[in-house]
Amino acid sequence: MDKLKKITKMKLFLPIFSMILVMMINVIYDIASGNPPLSFFTISINNGILYGRLIDVLNRGSEVAILAIGMTLVVSASAGTDISVGSVMSLSGGLCCMLLAGYGVTNVSEYNVPLWVGMLAGIAIACVCGLFNGFLVAYMNIQPMVATLILWSAGRAIGLLLCNSNIVYVRVPSFQFFGGYCGIIPTPIIIAAVCVAIASVVLRVTALGTYIQSVGINKKASRISGFNSAKIILLCYVICGLCAGISGLVATCRIYSADTNNIGLNMELDAILAVALGGNSLGGGKFNLAGSIIGAYTIQAITTTLYALGVSSAQAPVFKAIVVILIVVIQSQPVKDYFKKLSAKKAAAKEAVQA
Amino acid sequence: MKKLKLGGNNILLAITVVLFVIMYLGGCIIYADKGFTHFQTFLNVLINNAGLIAVAAGMTCVMLTGGIDISVGSLIAMDCMFLAVGMETWGMKSPVLMIMVLIIGVVFGLVQGFCVAYLEIQPFIVTMAGMFFARGMTAVICKDQVSIVSDQLFTAISNAKINIPFGGYENKKGIYQVPFIRPTVVVALLVVVLVYLMLKYTKFGRSIYAVGGNQVSATLMGLNVRKTKLLTYTLSSFLTSIGGICYCLNTMCGTTTQATGLEMDAISSAVIGGTLLTGGVGNVLGSLVGVLINGTISTLVKTNGKLVSSWANIITAILLCFFILLQAVFAKIKESKKA
Repeated sequence: MDKLKKITKMKLFLPIFSMILVMMINVIYDIASGNPPLSFFTISINNGILYGRLIDVLNRGSEVAILAIGMTLVVSASAGTDISVGSVMSLSGGLCCMLLAGYGVTNVSEYNVPLWVGMLAGIAIACVCGLFNGFLVAYMNIQPMVATLILWSAGRAIGLLLCNSNIVYVRVPSFQFFGGYCGIIPTPIIIAAVCVAIASVVLRVTALGTYIQSVGINKKASRISGFNSAKIILLCYVICGLCAGISGLVATCRIYSADTNNIGLNMELDAILAVALGGNSLGGGKFNLAGSIIGAYTIQAITTTLYALGVSSAQAPVFKAIVVILIVVIQSQPVKDYFKKLSAKKAAAKEAVQA
Repeated sequence: MKKLKLGGNNILLAITVVLFVIMYLGGCIIYADKGFTHFQTFLNVLINNAGLIAVAAGMTCVMLTGGIDISVGSLIAMDCMFLAVGMETWGMKSPVLMIMVLIIGVVFGLVQGFCVAYLEIQPFIVTMAGMFFARGMTAVICKDQVSIVSDQLFTAISNAKINIPFGGYENKKGIYQVPFIRPTVVVALLVVVLVYLMLKYTKFGRSIYAVGGNQVSATLMGLNVRKTKLLTYTLSSFLTSIGGICYCLNTMCGTTTQATGLEMDAISSAVIGGTLLTGGVGNVLGSLVGVLINGTISTLVKTNGKLVSSWANIITAILLCFFILLQAVFAKIKESKKA
């Protein structure tokens, strides 16, 4: 009993537990439908590339994983979420493709400007979006969700405007490379891994992680102890914008086109869900990056499983919304208090019996 | 005689009204040859936004408590889909369906309100989950676009015209055009009046203001804060369902992508109308003006004809940003005065 308690109290319990749960569902589904029971885990090499459902989850989950890095920091520092990430993704992808193809052109097989210019511009605009959000939150004291609501609506609209309300195709192999394969491994997996590695090194080597947590726990106290709280919050939002930009470019390269209406659609829910699943409190304060990343891949595993079960992409939000609500309800204070009371009562009853 | 105090909040409302007048007059001058000056253009703004007016009234109440409800757009889509599929596929009568939609709204609001008030989860997270839930439900109910053609009562209400005895004009062919509104406008305006009276004169309405103003002192005053919040979210979803019926009467169809971004319009209407994001201050009539501003923007963009419709989104977002910043500045001035 005590051992069980120790395990459930572990930091990474919730994300790993839900990951295992999703895998179990997959195994049961495979057995029920007559496939070999471990087909979820089999990895093979077909046509010179890695192939398998696990690889699929890792590949498709790259965008969410990258987003989860920024979202974790934002949630930790400002106790609010950045709901503009999906729109910013589509904006950065839109700008990148617009520059590469030229305004008003919908289909090119040659770059209009060098590739790095387009990529850099896409990431830069995402950082500007983050700067805008961060300014509103940190310096104007506006609730994070309301502040990011502005770009949530405007970001996609500006992206549409940049692409002249069209889908812009960039049919160049070097552009497709970033959403395709690097040798036998899908490139998005490598990009996500690099982002995660950089983020964790920076947070571990520098004191930034501690600063962010202290600002999230008590903004005033950390200001009095000498941090520039506003600057740290601003930085978190810029990092979140940067992450949204990178994942927007990955999503764009994957389909080698800027489908502004659909890139990053409902992505903010996935990112927030990843943070919540990672065992982070949405009320700010301490964060656990590893949890968020595992959470992100769990979300993707859930999505893939839902598709495998025959749920369409339009219906999937129903289940994800239910999962979000369940996690937040479990995390909420009154429910925690209720369970504490319940266990205290049990303990009291035990003592009474023993006496 | 009572003196009209010109505090920060009244200034916000005054700016809004002036902005609306300037915008509309500007439209009249620039697009005079395109029929913008006709009384019917103004009535069309009302007709097109009847659903939004009802939604904004509910949104104002929620924002007065210091919360927010971003599930409204998706809830409307779910309502429309339910109505459309109910009439076309299940062959049910429209009055029954309308009552069912209202009940769905109340239940939806009760669940959200319970999570916010009794489980103390951030309103944004709860209603965001609600938003995705409702949006997904539209696809669960039916994946295709369903248009309503067979139900006679529903089409009759949708096509009914209520003529207005003044403000008519002769069109290019010399036929006298009588200005008209649809029944949905009457419903929407009735909602605004009722909510206004409720906020001003009932115990529930006053406690909404008290909860938004200062939750701790409201508790100390003996108000049931949790119950007030629960009822406010229920009211919002109920009014959204009324708005959903109005919206459906306008579009006569249900699709999975209907009313996307409507929550943004409702929130910006309330904010532009002088409702503070922090709660406690605001007015339904202001939100009505906010809706009219939003409607005028989209009408201007449409009348121009050359602009892409996403411009309307961008301009609304810019306006929202401007008013949020104004609010923040006023709050800072207030704080510095106190200090």
